[in-house]
Amino acid sequence: MPCVSSDGRLMESGRKLLTVLDQPRTAEETASLALLPLFSVRAGLRQMVEAGWVAQVGLHFQIQEAGRQKLRELV
Amino acid sequence: MSDNTNIAAPVGLPKLGAPAPQFEAITTHGTLRLEDYSGSWLILFSHPADFTPVCTTEFIGFAKIYPELKKLNCELLGLSIDSVYAHIAWVRNIEEKLNVKIPFPVIADLDRKVANLYGMVSMAESKTETSRCVFVIDDKQNIRAMIYYPLTTGRNMDEILRLITALQTSDAKGVATPANWKPGDMVIIPPPLTIEAAEERVKTKGIEITDWYLSKKSL
Repeated sequence: MPCVSSDGRLMESGRKLLTVLDQPRTAEETASLALLPLFSVRAGLRQMVEAGWVAQVGLHFQIQEAGRQKLRELV
Repeated sequence: MSDNTNIAAPVGLPKLGAPAPQFEAITTHGTLRLEDYSGSWLILFSHPADFTPVCTTEFIGFAKIYPELKKLNCELLGLSIDSVYAHIAWVRNIEEKLNVKIPFPVIADLDRKVANLYGMVSMAESKTETSRCVFVIDDKQNIRAMIYYPLTTGRNMDEILRLITALQTSDAKGVATPANWKPGDMVIIPPPLTIEAAEERVKTKGIEITDWYLSKKSL
């Protein structure tokens, strides 16, 4: 998936995405704050929702505990 | 039994003005869907093969116009019938040997699903390679223009930029653009559709009138 390597590690783009999702944001807001292309953010969010790292409510996305765990693994 | 059972069958060319065929594809930037580009313009283009000379010059050309395209809210998405590993190796090679970073994703279309959706393989030219196709897809995901070049001939990046600018100008201003138009040139006012409107057109001040059906104005 975009933002995640083939061995499951969070890439820099994935870290940026999860970091700005500490509060509910739209894909457009996320792209603007993370300084990533909107198409890439949409693809990344879709796959992070499928992985359970991010929850979607309507047009808004927010990090979940599994996503926070991924961020902690980077430290 | 054919050993090509995983290769998608050709569908044919999309139609100008019609919705662009939707797809999901493996790219050098991960799995992407056409719908991910909704709201921005997109140039979906194919090249015959990685690590080939004309394609390499084209990729450098596309990379060079990418900043200008971004200003026009337009993204680039490449495609060929190669693996994602070949794409990664080629993109890295271009950066290493030619000092040009390829900033846009490239579809690895080994099963030809996207190539066949868009009629990118011209069987009379090559059965194994995509031609040099360009599909301009607008922010509402409709096909707005198509360009087809053969294997031998690299595309003109200035023309691609000009085309996007002309289409966006037509949309924004309700005008058409004449041959060889470039930004700053006069544009064509849509011709009148009634006798009454034609009579009024030829009397209109402040525009360049050749005749009732050919009038231009500055923007």
